[in-house]
Amino acid sequence: MRKLPLDKRLRSFDEVALGYDLKEATLEAQRCLQCKDPPCVKACPLHVNIPKFIKLLREGKLKEAANVILEQNPFPSICGRVCPQEELCQSACALSKIGEPVAIGRLERFIGDYILENNITLPKKTVSGNKLKIAIVGSGPAGLSAAYFLSMHSCEVTVFEALHEFGGVLVYGIPNFRLPKEIVYKEIERLKASGVKFVKNVIVGKTVTVKEILEFYDAVFIGTGAGLPNILNIPGTNLCEVYSANEFLIRINLMRAYKFPNYDTPIKVGRKVIVIGGGNVAMDVARCARRLGADVTIVYRRTEKEMPARREEIENAKEEGVKFKFLASPVRIIGENGHVKGVEFIRMKLGEPDESGRRRPIPIPGSEFVMECDTVVFAIGQSPNPLIPNTTPEIKTNQWGCIIIDKNNMTTMPRVFAGGDIVSGAATVVEAVADGKKAAFSMMKLLGK
Amino acid sequence: MYEILEIKEIAKETYMAKVKAPLIAKKFKPGHFVIVRVHEKGERIPLTIVKADKREGNITLIFKVVGKTTLMLSRMSCGDSLADIVGPLGNPSEIDKFGNVICIGGGVGIAPIYPIVKALKNAGNYVITIIGARSSDYLFLEKELSEISDELYIATDDGSKGFKGFVTDVLKSILEKRGDQINRVIVIGPTIMMKIAAEITRPLKIKTIASLNPIMVDGTGMCGACRVKVAGEIKFACVHGPEFDAHEVDFDELINRLNMYKELEYQALEKYLGEKSEK
Ligand SMILES: Cc1cc2nc3c(=O)[nH]c(=O)nc-3n(C[C@H](O)[C@H](O)[C@H](O)COP(=O)(O)OP(=O)(O)OC[C@H]3O[C@@H](n4cnc5c(N)ncnc54)[C@H](O)[C@@H]3O)c2cc1C
Ligand SMILES: Cc1cc2nc3c(=O)[nH]c(=O)nc-3n(C[C@H](O)[C@H](O)[C@H](O)COP(=O)(O)OP(=O)(O)OC[C@H]3O[C@@H](n4cnc5c(N)ncnc54)[C@H](O)[C@@H]3O)c2cc1C
Ligand code: SF4
Ligand code: SF4
Ligand code: FES
Repeated sequence: MRKLPLDKRLRSFDEVALGYDLKEATLEAQRCLQCKDPPCVKACPLHVNIPKFIKLLREGKLKEAANVILEQNPFPSICGRVCPQEELCQSACALSKIGEPVAIGRLERFIGDYILENNITLPKKTVSGNKLKIAIVGSGPAGLSAAYFLSMHSCEVTVFEALHEFGGVLVYGIPNFRLPKEIVYKEIERLKASGVKFVKNVIVGKTVTVKEILEFYDAVFIGTGAGLPNILNIPGTNLCEVYSANEFLIRINLMRAYKFPNYDTPIKVGRKVIVIGGGNVAMDVARCARRLGADVTIVYRRTEKEMPARREEIENAKEEGVKFKFLASPVRIIGENGHVKGVEFIRMKLGEPDESGRRRPIPIPGSEFVMECDTVVFAIGQSPNPLIPNTTPEIKTNQWGCIIIDKNNMTTMPRVFAGGDIVSGAATVVEAVADGKKAAFSMMKLLGK
Repeated sequence: MYEILEIKEIAKETYMAKVKAPLIAKKFKPGHFVIVRVHEKGERIPLTIVKADKREGNITLIFKVVGKTTLMLSRMSCGDSLADIVGPLGNPSEIDKFGNVICIGGGVGIAPIYPIVKALKNAGNYVITIIGARSSDYLFLEKELSEISDELYIATDDGSKGFKGFVTDVLKSILEKRGDQINRVIVIGPTIMMKIAAEITRPLKIKTIASLNPIMVDGTGMCGACRVKVAGEIKFACVHGPEFDAHEVDFDELINRLNMYKELEYQALEKYLGEKSEK
């Protein structure tokens, strides 16, 4: 796929992957074998009918292809861009055994963008007596998906969001160069056009409680995500210029600190940035910091092979000049007059595999070394947002703080459903969308009047 | 949406704004704060709720002009709207019948101490209030506080009103005489002042609560910008606080973190003032 030239990438937050044009998309679509019992569909959490939309695409029937996708996936323009396809639909593709799998994500993105350009919507369905009144808490992919499927079945839906923009991680976490904000705005506009109401600046649990909402609504869906940043409590953690990945990305993406001082929120990036972690979040932080002119090193405690980040993003980061250091873990952050001067690491070696199946890193005594830097960002994971469970004792959580649900996505509180990262812990956009969808259908099935 | 119903200067560089926010007003408890965004490209800044009128659906904020956001806010007029306001945030103050309580408000800290004094008084405490500022021009809410406090002391750095010196000097002299009768101290103001107050009460083992004011972004526990060290543990002031046991707070670290963006904030202010004077 065409990408933005490197010199432009390092000077802007514009989208890097440029997507297919019709000719490229048609050509790629020709490669699909149209499997009878398609393994790709089973591997997609949303069960998008992949061979069917690809067939329509290559016949030039784009509108029909769009309708096929929209039956299962409300946000193909988003999923096509950010799904880890190499682990999902594409990993199962029959062609992957003999060579390159069909680029399903890119084809889906192509149709997704066509949907946005041409404002395609499926007609509303009135299943007898579904007209529920539902409140959605959190406007991330889980909440938006539930809103879409409920509204599509003629329910009355209101989305409550704590922040001043809608979209959850899609707007505050994932940077513009991977998922342009415009795309998310357009998807939200489409939902508004279909009748979904959006209310910002409402923190459920604080501004209003779940109980109060239940007085006015038939049911509530909680999609509040995994927004609580993990921070290592090692010496120096609270020096200036030590950020959680969430703060770093919220300042840049939500508050537009990369446009400071045209926008008011500042960020300090410095000349040399160390990012600690090895997931997608670490890649996003590193690539943002590169665009703000810093020399960036990602330090990960295992090796490149175990890094949880998507290959494509690791490659992009490398192309953009992000450096990597493996098998090292931070011991303390070194400061001078309250400012960061460097990080002391200890070298690791890999031992036996742990529960996650990845080989466990073990520190090598006496192998400490120091790397100089002026900014440190922790990208070591997020935990479920505790705000609603803390203020609603009826909603039970497990030992990791994840909301407990039954097979219908209902919580331990009647008429309250949940899905997305608040249930599974930090996961993926498409799984959050799948959860929202499942909860929407459960609500209609169990409560439909 | 978030209409300003009233705004006026109540002391030097200090403004009072009454804002329409019915849902927040309904939930208000002393100690709560809100996050405000003044305009579409603006920063999110925390401000304490001083008063709430549940029936009329409005809240009162008092703020001091220290940088671009508070300057822009001070220049807004009645009928203008804020881009965003969200809350109520933070944990409410612990209000109980403690006995004899000293409440200290330094500088703009006089504003957040007001609802606490009121609630403590209503809970049946004997409340001694100490407020202070650089000079008498910077003082406000004196009348309101004198009406609800059992004793009110005023300190100014230059002696233009009340005692000449710091609020912490007044605290010290009260504790020298009646230290054994004081059950609790609550202090809100500049970080250095809260630190000194904590040092004064520590040897007397008087429970002391400080309301911390670290830099915040979301105010809902998502970013960790507001983290402070309390009893050696990392706490997020917006969700675990903002009030903490002052004897356990690492104030030096907080002071350091508060200065983090000083140059950049100055740059934003300069740019704003430059643009204004061009017009
Ligand atoms: C930097 C980053 C990069 C990522 N990259 C990818 C990727 O490339 N591909 C991928 O598939 N996944 C990626 N993920 C993971 C993915 O974004 C999440 O799994 C997904 O967003 C979860 O969706 P959600 O709807 O459950 O929650 P979120 O997207 O977290 O949304 C939750 C929303 O609820 C709001 N909220 C929280 N509490 C309240 C409350 N009390 N009241 C009202 N509103 C509230 C929050 O403000 C937020 O807007 C990434 C995550 C991050 C942080
Ligand atoms: C829980 C809480 C409650 C608060 N309540 C009030 C209040 O009722 N009235 C009031 O006047 N102020 C209050 N503050 C402080 C207020 O938020 C800051 O003065 C404001 O953010 C400054 O914004 P600015 O853009 O005008 O100044 P900036 O240009 O951002 O900053 C100027 C200087 O102010 C300090 N500062 C910046 N941000 C903060 C911050 N979030 N907190 C403290 N100091 C800061 C810094 O030292 C900085 O150098 C409160 C802060 C917190 C955390
Ligand atoms: S939604 Fe994601 S997993 Fe499913 S087909 Fe599209 S890209 Fe693949
Ligand atoms: S598995 Fe691959 S080849 Fe088969 S239908 Fe799916 S995309 Fe086409
Ligand atoms: S302000 Fe973001 S966590 Fe407290």
